[in-house]
Parts: sequence; C-alpha cells; structure tokens
Amino acid sequence: MPVASKPIIEIKSLHKTFGKDVHALRGVDLLVERGKVVVIVGPSGSGKSTLLRCINHLEVETHGEVWVDGKRLNEKNKDIDEIRAEIGMVFQLFNLFPHLTVLENIMLAQRVVRGRGKAEAEEVAKKQLERVGISEKAHSFPAQLSGGQQQRVAIARALAMNPKIMLFDEPTSALDPEMIKEVLDVMLDLAKDGMTMIVVTHEMGFARVAADQVIFMDQGLVVEQGTPQQIFNNPTQDRTKLFLSQILQH
Amino acid sequence: MTKAASKETPLIVESLWDRLARFPWWLVAIILVLIGSAYFVATNESYQASLLFIVQGISITVQTTLYAYALALVIGLIMGLGRVSRNVIFSNIARFYVEVVRGIPMLVLIFYIAFVAVVDFAGFFGVAGRDVPMNVRAIIALAVTYGAFLAEIFRAGIQSIDRGQMEAARSLGMSYTKAMRYVILPQAIRNVLPALGNDFVAMLKDSSLVSVLAVRDITQVARLHAGSTFRFREAYTVLAVLYLSMTLVLSALVQWLERRLHAGRK
Repeated sequence: MPVASKPIIEIKSLHKTFGKDVHALRGVDLLVERGKVVVIVGPSGSGKSTLLRCINHLEVETHGEVWVDGKRLNEKNKDIDEIRAEIGMVFQLFNLFPHLTVLENIMLAQRVVRGRGKAEAEEVAKKQLERVGISEKAHSFPAQLSGGQQQRVAIARALAMNPKIMLFDEPTSALDPEMIKEVLDVMLDLAKDGMTMIVVTHEMGFARVAADQVIFMDQGLVVEQGTPQQIFNNPTQDRTKLFLSQILQH
Repeated sequence: MTKAASKETPLIVESLWDRLARFPWWLVAIILVLIGSAYFVATNESYQASLLFIVQGISITVQTTLYAYALALVIGLIMGLGRVSRNVIFSNIARFYVEVVRGIPMLVLIFYIAFVAVVDFAGFFGVAGRDVPMNVRAIIALAVTYGAFLAEIFRAGIQSIDRGQMEAARSLGMSYTKAMRYVILPQAIRNVLPALGNDFVAMLKDSSLVSVLAVRDITQVARLHAGSTFRFREAYTVLAVLYLSMTLVLSALVQWLERRLHAGRK
C-alpha cells in the first residue's frame, strides 16, 4: 500500500513566535508515519506543547509548513474544521464541558460536526465509555468525577469522532499520582490498537513502553530523535544526557 | 463542611446586642411603609382615587418593560458577541454602539431615538415618522439604551469562560459559531443570569422615563392625575410605592434565582 507509507504528518522548518520576544519554535522538522506513536519530551518551555498545538492549528505557525494527511494547514483554509475533526486532542486540564453530562460531552461533536443522529451518537459514546472503563458514569457531570476519570472521558470524547490522529498534551500532568496509571493504561491500549499518536509527556516509563519514536526538544528545536532505546540508553547529545540525568535521578 | 466546622467550634453565646444589630431593621421599615400606604389607601378617599387612577398605567409600564427588555436581550447578545469577535468590522460596530450609548444621558437618548432616529429610520423604509406610535418608539428607545448595558454583561460572561473550553470545542472540529452556541454561551448565560435579572429590575424603574414621550405609563398617569387634582402628595406617594412594591418582588425573585444557581453548581 503506497498510501500507508506516506507520512500522515509532515512539518517543515516550523517557526512560532509569540509577540516580539518569545521564539517558541525555531525551525522544527518532523515526520510521523501512520500508526506510529511519537513521544515528545523535553524541559518546560522547550516548545513541545506549542509544536503539538500547531498540528491542529490551535496555534498558527509564524513560518514553515504543517501538512496533515496530505493537506497543508494555513491561515485561510476554510476546511480547518474538517481537518481538526480528524485530529483528536487531549488537554492537560481535560477541558470537559461542565454544563453537559459525560454522555452529552461525548455526543456533542458527533452530532453537530459529524451530523450523526442521536441514537447513533449515543451508541458510539457508550462504546467509547466502555473502552475507557467508566460506563457507570455516563450520566454524571464532569465535576462529579475524579481527575483520572475526567481525563478518560476526554479521551473517549476525542475517540468518538473516529480521528486518524490523537494528540496528547501532558495528559497526566494535572493528575494525582494514583490516577496517572488509569490514564496511561488507556493510552497504551490505544497505541496497541494502532492509533497514530503524538504525546507530550514527562512519563518516561510510558515513552519506553509505547513509543516508536522519541523526540527530545529544547529551546524550540528538536535536539535528538530516535527509538526509546537510542534516546534513553545511548543519547548522543550532551543536552539530552543532562536532561535525562536530571529527571531519572528520582 | 459546615457540619464538621460547627463540631469543632465551641458554642458561642450570642449577646442580645449582637442579635439586635444583625436584625434586618431596614426590611421592617420597608414593610411598615407598605402597610402604612395600604392603610392610607383603605381609609383616605384621595389616596384611593389616586391609586385607582394611576393603576390604569400599570399594563403600559409592564408591557413597555417586557417588550423593551426582550428586544434589549437580542441587541445585547448580538453586540456582546461583537465585542468578543475577532472580526474587525463587527467588533468595531459593537464597541462604537456601546460607547456612544453609555456616553449619553438616558433621558437625552430617549428623546433622540424617539424623535430623531426612529423618524429617520421609518423614513428610510417609506413610513412617515408620525405613523410610528409613541409606545413603539418608547420600547425601541429603552431597548437600544439597555442593549448596550446587556452587551457588556454578555461580553463579561463570555470572557469569564476558560479559554480551554473554546480550544476543546474547536479541536473537535466545531466552527467558532458552533463552539459559541453549544459550549460557550450556555455556560456564559448561566453565569450572568443574576446580572441580567438586576438589569431587568433597573429597566422597570427606568421605564418611567418614557413618560416624557407622553406614553401613558404609571408615571405619566400619576403626573396627569396630580396636575388635574393638585393632589401631588397622594399621587406621587402612590406612584413611588407602586414602583417599590414591584422592584422588591422582582429583586427577591432574582435573589432566589441566584441562590438556586449556586446550589445547582456543586
């Protein structure tokens, strides 16, 4: 299949500046193959989240190109909503809709974006809730759930759109330690099912187990990339070694 | 939480003085005023005559307020959306409207809208200005004025919603409009319901200004009654008490609504 070999995400010399002073990305190139799991690590302020948010145009690039599934993102394209519908995103602070129940959270975009009927949307929502293991919370409101449960609902909400790509922006950083595993387990299952995933995280254990490719970023640049073995066991750059030694001391 | 706290706090005996100081004496005073007025009306023929005459204006006051408020809600919502819009033209129109209206005294604005703007606007559609009834002009004038206040309330409500809500909605493929409609506005409107209620009460009071257009609301009717009978004290006392009774009831309703909203948001 020649189509499958074409990268689903292609980023060419991406620059992003905020105002005059902040240069968050300074020329990032990235290729992501279909079905691969890419984990981005690096110190805070290195541009990881900004890079992720450029992929679905929550941030608009200052310079450079972002291609998703053969389509170039740019300021003027009208089909940005259609492209975004194919890219699920999970946020650090979950961002569930507090005025809707869990089930309604998962049904809303299916109905108003995908145009699915109520019965179909509900069926899909229930299936996804089962997948993330909290079917019993379908009629609760987000505020009644723990952080880990909220994040799993957020994942279910994104999956209900049948996205081709899933982006995770530090999905476990806001969670109490005992809830991190339940979210990572869902993500591991997803990786096993062959979902294309780009994950910004500080969970090195997850990166080791799930990643096909690890990218180390610092100061708006990709410093080093490779398999988890290469990055964690034999890093070649001093900056990478320093970062890993600092976080693995614990 | 309060239960646990009260368990640990030792019982403090409240002094009589504290309890007297905390008592809502103002409410007692208001109730006395109302009862006193009722007594006057029941026993004094002049007061009775004033009340019977002035009450004829009640339906105009209530109608003007309701219609104007409904129209102001529509204007306010549209202009509030304009205030947060990234569309340069839309946002500038909204800002222009809000600043102009807020910079002109309400009474002047009512004169201007009723005698100039509405006439010009009607002329534009080929209708003679004098064919637009004063009641309608009054409603439009109040609505345009209050639309600016409500626009600022809606703007504040929209801006109070966390940015992540819009981002989450957009990331799911919703357009800006859909995200506003299904995600942002339902939360924003809920947050500003008490403020909207307060402005409804304020509008009921400001509807008295339309008496300058000779619209026969309770204020206008009271003026007519006072002028023809020279019973100024009776007419204006009855008028004031009527407004007070209506606003007290409405304010209580708003407070009840506010408490219910808080209770629902655990």
